[in-house]
This record gives sequence, C-alpha cells and structure tokens, in this order.
Amino acid sequence: MAHGPAKGIGRWLFTTNHKDIGTLYLWFSFAMFLLGGFFAMVIRAELFQPGMQLIRPEFFNQMTTMHGVIMVFGAIMPAFVGLANWMIPLMIGAPDMALPRMNNLSFWILPFAFLTLASTLFMEGGAPNFGWTFYAPLSTKYAPESVNYFIFSMHIMGASSIMGSINIIATIMNMRAPGMTYMKMPLFVWTWLITAFLLVAVMPVLAGAVTMMLMDINFGTSFFDAAGGGDPVLFQHIFWFFGHPEVYIIILPAFGVVSAIIPAFSRKPLFGYASMVYATAAIAFLSFIVWAHHMFTVGMPIAGELYFMYATMLIAVPTGVKVFNWITTMYKGALTFETPMLFSIAFVILFTFGGFTGLMLSVAAADIQYHDSYFVVAHFHYVMVAGAVFSGTAAVYYWLPKWCGKMYNETMGQVQFWIAFVGFNITFMPQHFLGLAGMPRRYADYGLQFADWNMVSSIGAFMYGAAQLLFLYNVIATIRNGKPVSDNKVWEGAEGLEWEVPTPAPYHTFATPPQIK
Amino acid sequence: MLKRAKALFAGTLTTLTGVSTASQADEVSTRQLNMTQGITEVSQAAYDIHMLMMWVCVVIGAVVFGFMIYVMFAHRKSRGVKAANFHEHIGVELAWTIVPALILIVIAFPATNALLKVYDASDAEMDIKITGYQWKWQYEYLGEDVRFMSSLRTSQDEIYGREEKGEHYLREVDNPLVIPANTKVRFLLTGNDVIHSWWVPDLGVKKDALPGIFTEAWAKTSEVGVYVGECAELCGKDHAFMPIVVEVKPKEEFNTWLAEQKASAAEYASTIGKEWSMDELMERGEKVYTTNCAGCHGIDGLGIPGVFPSMVGTEVTMGPIEKHIDVIVNGVNGTAMQAFAAQLSEVDIAAVVTYERNAWGNDLGDMAQPIDVLNHKNGQ
Repeated sequence: MAHGPAKGIGRWLFTTNHKDIGTLYLWFSFAMFLLGGFFAMVIRAELFQPGMQLIRPEFFNQMTTMHGVIMVFGAIMPAFVGLANWMIPLMIGAPDMALPRMNNLSFWILPFAFLTLASTLFMEGGAPNFGWTFYAPLSTKYAPESVNYFIFSMHIMGASSIMGSINIIATIMNMRAPGMTYMKMPLFVWTWLITAFLLVAVMPVLAGAVTMMLMDINFGTSFFDAAGGGDPVLFQHIFWFFGHPEVYIIILPAFGVVSAIIPAFSRKPLFGYASMVYATAAIAFLSFIVWAHHMFTVGMPIAGELYFMYATMLIAVPTGVKVFNWITTMYKGALTFETPMLFSIAFVILFTFGGFTGLMLSVAAADIQYHDSYFVVAHFHYVMVAGAVFSGTAAVYYWLPKWCGKMYNETMGQVQFWIAFVGFNITFMPQHFLGLAGMPRRYADYGLQFADWNMVSSIGAFMYGAAQLLFLYNVIATIRNGKPVSDNKVWEGAEGLEWEVPTPAPYHTFATPPQIK
Repeated sequence: MLKRAKALFAGTLTTLTGVSTASQADEVSTRQLNMTQGITEVSQAAYDIHMLMMWVCVVIGAVVFGFMIYVMFAHRKSRGVKAANFHEHIGVELAWTIVPALILIVIAFPATNALLKVYDASDAEMDIKITGYQWKWQYEYLGEDVRFMSSLRTSQDEIYGREEKGEHYLREVDNPLVIPANTKVRFLLTGNDVIHSWWVPDLGVKKDALPGIFTEAWAKTSEVGVYVGECAELCGKDHAFMPIVVEVKPKEEFNTWLAEQKASAAEYASTIGKEWSMDELMERGEKVYTTNCAGCHGIDGLGIPGVFPSMVGTEVTMGPIEKHIDVIVNGVNGTAMQAFAAQLSEVDIAAVVTYERNAWGNDLGDMAQPIDVLNHKNGQ
C-alpha cells in the first residue's frame, strides 16, 4: 500500500495523488501569473506616457483582453484549486480526493486550453481584443477570427472548473474523518465547499454564453444581434450572471486562507467561526442576485436599477462581519509578523479598502461617473490583487514548509512583501484619481491631463512585477536548499489536522482516518 | 519631475480644501483628483452622493483601521503579552451586523433621490440623437434637419510622436456638439456597429449607445463653455480616439448657429450637381480619407494584414468604379467595413473614391462625381 511516487515524467502525467496534482495546479497557475503579469507590464509600459510609443492600439486591446482572461481563469482560479487539492484532504483527514482520476483529467486539460488561447497571439488578425468581458457584438460580428479558439478554450476551462468543483464537493461531503462534523471543518474547507457550488452553478452559464456567441458567429443565429431579433444587452445579463458569482469564486477561498493564517499568528482561535460560515453563505447567495450592477449605464428601467443598487449595498453587511471577525481575532492575541501574516494583514486592509470603493460603486447615481473608468480598474484590482493574490502568496509561505519540509528565507519574504505592498499601492491608488478625473478604462492613449498619475502608476506596476520575480526565486531557493524543518507543527500557533502529519507531508497521509474529538 | 511633484502636491491641497471650479476643467491640468461637480443638476447630484459615500467610508475606515493599528502595536508577542482565548460574543456580533445594515438603510434614501433625478428626462425642450460609430459620433438635431459627424482632430503624427502634442491632445474634434444653455436637452442614444458609451463628466451623462436599441439621458445647464468627454465602452481599435466635445452656447447664439447649419446644408445641395475637377476631388478626398478611413486602412493605404485590407493595387480600388462606390455607400456585410451613406455626403464619397483610385501609385486616372454617388444611392 505505502508506495512512493512513480519515477520520471510519468509521475506527473498519470498521477492521481492529490498532493502531486495540487503542485501541478500551483506551478501552472504561477506560470500563467507571470504570463498575465508580463501582459500587464506591456500595458503599463505603453501607458507610461501619452501617445503611442511601443505598440499599436489594436495590440493594446489584445493585451488587456489576454491579461484579464489569463489572470482570472489561468492564474487565480487554478491557484486556489491547487491549494484545495493540497490542503482539503489534509484538513479533513482524508487520504486523497474523492475522484482521483477525474482530478488528473481536470488539471491536464488546462494546459491545452491555455496553449490554444495563447496561440491566438500568433494568428492572422491577432488574439481576442474585446476585453475579458467580451461584450457582443464586438466579440461576435466584429471579432477577429481567433474568437473561435477563444470560445473553445473557455469551454475547456469551464469543463476543468466544473470537474474540479464536483471533486471538491464530493470529497468534503464524503471523506471527512470520523467526528469531523461540518461545523468543525476549517474555514478554508467551508469557503471552498461554497465556492464549488458557485462554480457548478455558473460555469454552465458561461458555457451557454460562449456557445450562443459561437452560433451567432458561425451558424447565422442572432442571439445578440438586434437586427435579427436578438439583443446585445442579453449578452451582458448572461455574462454577469456568471461574472458576479465569479468574483466571489475568486475571493471566498482567499477568505478561507486568511481565516487560517490570522489565528495562527495571533495565537488565538478564530473569532466568530459560526458567523464566518453564515457570512460566507450569505455572500454566495447575494452574489447571484446583484449581477446587473455592472450594467448601470446600459439603460435599465429605474425599478431594476433601484433593486440592483439596494441588493448590492447589502453585500457590505456579511463582508463587514468577516472583516470585524478577523480584526477581533487579532485583538488580545500575541501577534508576530512573519511573511504569511504580513500578507494576510495587508489583505484585510486593502480588501476592505476595495470593499469601500465597491460600496461607492453600488450607488447607481454616482456610478454614472465611475462606470468603466479607472476608478473601477482600481477597485477590482484592490479586491483581486490585494485580495486574491496577496492571500494566495500568504498561503504559499504559510504551507510551503509543510509541503517541502524546508523553511523559506524570512528576510527575503518580508522584503518581497514590502516591495509588493508599496508597489501595489503606487500602482492602483492613483488609478482612483485618474478615474474620478474622467479617464475611461481600456484606453490605449489618453489626454495630457492624465499624464502624471499614469506615469506614477506604471512605476508602481514595475515594482510590483519585480516583487513577483523575488517570490519565484525565494520559492525555488527554499525547495532546493531551504533550511530543513522537521516539527509537525511548523508554526507555533497553527491549528488543524494538516499540522499533525509529519513534515514534509508524506506522499500518502491519513491512510487510517484520524479520530476527531 | 520636481516641478510635477510640486504641481501634484498643490493639486492635492486644492482638492482637500474644496477650492475647485468647473472652469479649471477647461485647461489642461493634471491636478484633478476628485469627481467633477460639473454643470448640471445630475452631475451635482452624483458628486454629492459620491462625497457622502466617501465620508461614510472614511469615518468607518478610520475607526476600523485605527483599531487594527492599535491592536498591531499593543498586542505584539514581542511586548510579552499572553494571548487570550475568547472566540465569540453574541452581543458584538449582532451589533456589527445590525449597525452597518442601519447605516445602509439611511444611505439608501439620498441614493434613491439622486437616481430619480438622473432618470427624469421628462419635459425636454429639445431632442438630439447621438449615434456611436467605430470611431466617431454622429449628432442629429431631431426635427431641425441638421446632422453631422464629429471625429477626432488630433493628427496621427501627434499620436505617434512625430510631432509635438498640442495642448488639447485627444480632447479636440472637428465638429463639436452644440447645445443651448438654459434648455432641457434630451439625448437619444444608439449605436451603428458595436456598443459605445457617451460620457461627458461635466454634464453628468454616461449612457451606452447600443446597436438596435435607444437609450436616453438629459442635460440642462446655465454654464456656457466647452466641455470634454470620452467614449466609455470598449468599442474596438480606436476606442481611445473618439472624444466628445460639447459647446454650450447662450440661446440666441445657438439659434444663429443652428440657422447657419441649415443654410449650409441647403447650399451644399446645390454643389451636388456641379462638375468637380480632379484636383478639387483629390484635395478634398485626402482630407476625407485621413479623417474617416486612415484609422483602419492606414495613411499609406496598406491596412493591417488579416484585419483591415490594403487598398494599394487591390480588387476594390482597382476594379470597376461602381463597385468601389457601392462598398463605401453600403459597406461590406459581416465585416468591420461600415456603410458610409449616412455618414459622408455625396461630395465626400465621390472625393474619397477618386482619391483612393489615384493615390499611393494606384493612378487609375478616373474620377467619381457627386452626382454618380447620388444616382447610385437612388438607383437602389
């Protein structure tokens, strides 16, 4: 029974081991993160000064589109699926995921999806250039030929996500160790359970949207063409019915990570566990009924506009509960500030900041001035980057010693944190000002009145980009020659089953389920 | 750089002290940090609710982050504190659920009132139809028989750095929209091809221009002046290059302007029958081409391979002239080539056809006359 990993490349191609697959997901997502980040650097380099210097407007649009699609579907989502694969079985005392072969499949179709997507950059007519929101008819009647490849890769990504989610749901529902009741599960497991349900509910909606596009483009239907009896606004309703839950799909697992790290470095149990679970469920429910707040300028009737405004404002309540819980967890703790904790605290502060601008955006009358401006770009980068990416980074530093049995370089981790933190804020804080002063998003060029803050923003972006290279170096250096750790419990204050297995975590864990009191 | 830093600092001060007027928006200033108050009831309402929300967030943020920073200093392990073990408290948990909900309910009232204002387009004294094109705007004064296109005036040389950027870089158009002061103007928006969005911050108007659907917005102001806006919805390659300029004129001046527009439309009608010379057509054609065609097909007519076809020595420009006119008048279905019948006059179409057949070494030597274009349109 107890055998180690297979030798050679076959280990990775045919593996059904949750740890191997988790590792594959994590490395894949990091590669995509660097690629999407490179596109962001191209964007910021072009926007460094007014005028077109490096690239042409049509290529700029390809860059914004590819940056968005790759970061959302290639970097952030697979990163958290990777964490789920590694940690959920360890956290609930299961020997592996419930459906190991499907686990292998759901990972291994991903590289093909993204190869297909990336190959469009080299096609005649260029890569998709209609933004990651791909509004029709820009993405149908007026799209480059490569849109068909885009649709195909979206389908594969969707299939991968749905399989991954089913696997996570099946694992959590069936494979918990005896005594691990639902209300004893770590919050990371809870947030992933809810996220997986969101994914299963909305990925088919996305698949429907791209299929309708495919039909409109190639088979003469008119779902989104008013001239044939369709409606371009229908596309936006369908897209955002997927798109809004999608942002919670990204952020909920991040909540789970932070809810593990803050108690560990506060040396104090998570405050308000039950209310955290209920708040997560409430956010997930609300995420389904607020989608049209992305469409306040599309000419909805006022009744619809008012409804979506009120419903959106409500999200502030459960989100506030979470923030208050994290801070109260820290209150009267015994705090230390290792790299995972630094990223988690920055997460709480910057995510809350993004929450504030989100609340402002929910007010429809003010949104006429915010909508599609850099204010929105700043807002969603505060919640996506300082939210999801910071928490993902925190998770890697927190669990890396358990994964590979070696300790990362703390100084380098903290240096990376400060470069990332300062760089992030220099990049995105000024974008609030740009948006309020009237700069629309997705602009390849801008008037002279926006020159100063764009330059500042670009400098910050290069800083933030450099921090990621340091991260990569630190992780590789740790795996190769980090200082070995052998304590099961790597962090003094850490709680949970994952800290009861040996360090580094053996290839097979919990072959016999632990007893939970 | 130091000068710039100073300017930024001064800008921050201006914003913080609230000394900022709409007239500053006219100059190219990098100092604006906050939303404009604008010149209409709607823009003022948006600004007021924006500031209210911002202060609510600032106060909550100060309390929450202040407490957090206190905790980070006071409860550090290095100070020798011992961690407590509490992990729930029904009282505070209820309080921090109910209090934010109450704050939101209070905010909902002004938020609703502001939105009602935005939507009140009733009793408009004047209707202007705005059509978004890739990548320009068309304005039509309904019932007045006045209609024109409005495109970017900034040259490609300025954009690509071959020439110094002017003060109004990307904030200038050939024909601005002119509206009268003290008049409630209703805008009816639609799109010709993809979705655009007509945004003029100072008017407090941002509304999507959707192909096949009409949306509406409105503005009424007493402040005469020039106000600049942008397209706010990604609409393809030149999304960033289709600005909006609105001139608000006193009512009498506006009426004079409108009368002039009508007169020149009538005068134009008489030129259609006239025989134009090659030089006249080429000169006008080059201008028309630069504003309307060069965006895709390039100043040199070479286009972008795989996206926008080249016009140098190729099928349409070297083929029969009727077909060439047809492509421009009716566009090419299923491609980005739009129908220009409603955008360009007969004279302009004739000029641009002639230009394309005789520029870049195409040298066919034949010409299209405005009357040919008119006949082509009527012949259908």
